[in-house]
Amino acid sequence: MPKYMNLTRVSGSQRPRLDFELDGARCGALEGDTVLTAAVMRDGYVRRSEFDQGMRAGFCWMGACQDCWVTIEGRGRQRACATVVEQGMRVKRS
Amino acid sequence: MTAAVAIIGAGPAGVRAAEVLVRAGVRPRVFDEGLAAGGRIYQRPPGAFKRSAKELYGLEAAKAERVHNIFAKLEKYLDYRPQTLVWDIAGKTLFTLTGGTAYGTETFEQIIIAPGAVDRVMPLPGWTLPGVTTLGGAQIALKTQGVAIGEKVALVGSGPLLWLLAHQYVQAGAPLAALVDTTSFAAKARASAAMMAGDAATTLKGVYYTATLRLKRIPIHEGAVPVAIRGEERPRELLIKDGKGRDVTIACDAVALGWGLKPETRLADIAGVPFDYDEVQQNWIPVREMSGKTAVQGVYLAGDGARIGGADMAELAGARAAWAVLGERGAFVDEDEVNRLERALKKEAAYRDVLDKLFPFPSEILAGLPEETVLCRCEGVSIAGLKRTCAADAVAMTPLEVNRAKAFTRVGMGRCQGRMCGHTASEILARELKCGVREAGRLRAQPPVKPVPLVPVTTEALT
Ligand SMILES: Cc1cc2nc3c(=O)[nH]c(=O)nc-3n(C[C@H](O)[C@H](O)[C@H](O)COP(=O)(O)OP(=O)(O)OC[C@H]3O[C@@H](n4cnc5c(N)ncnc54)[C@H](O)[C@@H]3O)c2cc1C
Ligand code: FES
Repeated sequence: MPKYMNLTRVSGSQRPRLDFELDGARCGALEGDTVLTAAVMRDGYVRRSEFDQGMRAGFCWMGACQDCWVTIEGRGRQRACATVVEQGMRVKRS
Repeated sequence: MTAAVAIIGAGPAGVRAAEVLVRAGVRPRVFDEGLAAGGRIYQRPPGAFKRSAKELYGLEAAKAERVHNIFAKLEKYLDYRPQTLVWDIAGKTLFTLTGGTAYGTETFEQIIIAPGAVDRVMPLPGWTLPGVTTLGGAQIALKTQGVAIGEKVALVGSGPLLWLLAHQYVQAGAPLAALVDTTSFAAKARASAAMMAGDAATTLKGVYYTATLRLKRIPIHEGAVPVAIRGEERPRELLIKDGKGRDVTIACDAVALGWGLKPETRLADIAGVPFDYDEVQQNWIPVREMSGKTAVQGVYLAGDGARIGGADMAELAGARAAWAVLGERGAFVDEDEVNRLERALKKEAAYRDVLDKLFPFPSEILAGLPEETVLCRCEGVSIAGLKRTCAADAVAMTPLEVNRAKAFTRVGMGRCQGRMCGHTASEILARELKCGVREAGRLRAQPPVKPVPLVPVTTEALT
């Protein structure tokens, strides 16, 4: 079982696959996944809190809590829950 | 270019507002930060991920399709700006950010602000663990991403969304560990006659969800109090006091929390609309007339962003606000239609009143939380941190209210701008200062309403 959040796919797993880069390593995703979904599916978290160093995996999933910030190359700080994965996208957790 | 009328939000309220305006020959400019129109309840998965309306919206499928179809038909008559966040309003100018990178400004003569709502949550020990989400978050994950937040999910809170979400998780084949409702069964039973009289169809949907959950033997605790979420890397168990005051430990791997919704009012605030504390909904809400008109000329409000009323009410309020805008513009106003909308709005409001009284925010639970509980998720401020400010201020004998507490403790100054903690900070402050939440004051909004990236950006004005 994965550590951290146990996000589980329950439908729509027949979508085309994509690849993007997360902190320099390849991360798979399905077309239509947000960066939050793809990151949490792989690692169980999306970022680390600056204040308590705890792992965070999104809270509101709707762009309100700001607990899913990542940096996307060419776009700066973005909300992972509101950003759909694109092939070859480069994402950093901090 | 001046778009005569701007609409913020393409949920049920914004879509119906747009429909009325287009029929009257106005071409509104519609901004929505989402990927597709539909708003929260009728939110769609991103492009490639196709699922049937029935699978996505269950009993609300027909309504969802109606709203989506109206928008699809309208689209060529609108200036629609998807993926566009409106982050500031100054006079008659809007400041926008499209696709997370392209800044722009737009002007308007009248504006209908319909930005919807967010979950109203409460802190609990352990609520920052990965695998704890809002009820709405757990629903969005399922609806738009086809993922469940865990394989043994505990749902905690109160209100219609709690039971609906439980039903949706069970339908999707995602196992539930328990449903923990802070409202007692007895309170619901007492309100049932008034609810049936107010809106039989909606009430019966609730009864149906409840019945299917009981049939599936999902453990249900009513009149319960959540105590803590325990776990190291993710939730392992949820501790509660059940309806009889007994300690119960629920094994789980995820928890979703929510006690109704609170309106997203920051744009109205920045636009200068006055606010009032709504004792029934226990939220600060922008003051507006039934038509959506506010004290600020040209600024109208509709939908859950003005006051929580639900999707049906949002549709009515959106249409009503559009007629008010047409009136201000000196265009023809169909008075019969306006009267019909107002009658329907009053009927919905009466039903909502029953719901609001049945599902109050259980602020007494806050009083029992351990002092070290993290209150502000963004900056890690604890309840004790907020209380220390109260004590220090009492010594200094200066009047304290949330905005000052915010300055001292940074509660509400994190990047969510108090969306997750603002109302609980007010409740705690009010208890400490032995005053009402109204007297504890309102957290004022500041632009940008959501953080916007500083670098790198392309500054192409969209005008
Ligand atoms: C997470 C969540 C789940 C819900 N699920 C259900 C449900 O299952 N059943 C139910 O009956 N009700 C549900 N509700 C309540 C329901 O969504 C609302 O009653 C209804 O959608 C209100 O319609 P609206 O048009 O007022 O707002 P919304 O439908 O919320 O639409 C508002 C729109 O405004 C956009 N927006 C907000 N701020 C900005 C900005 N600054 N710039 C640009 N665009 C912006 C948003 O992207 C959104 O699309 C839910 C609410 C939430 C928050
Ligand atoms: S998860 Fe809350 S903003 Fe992304």
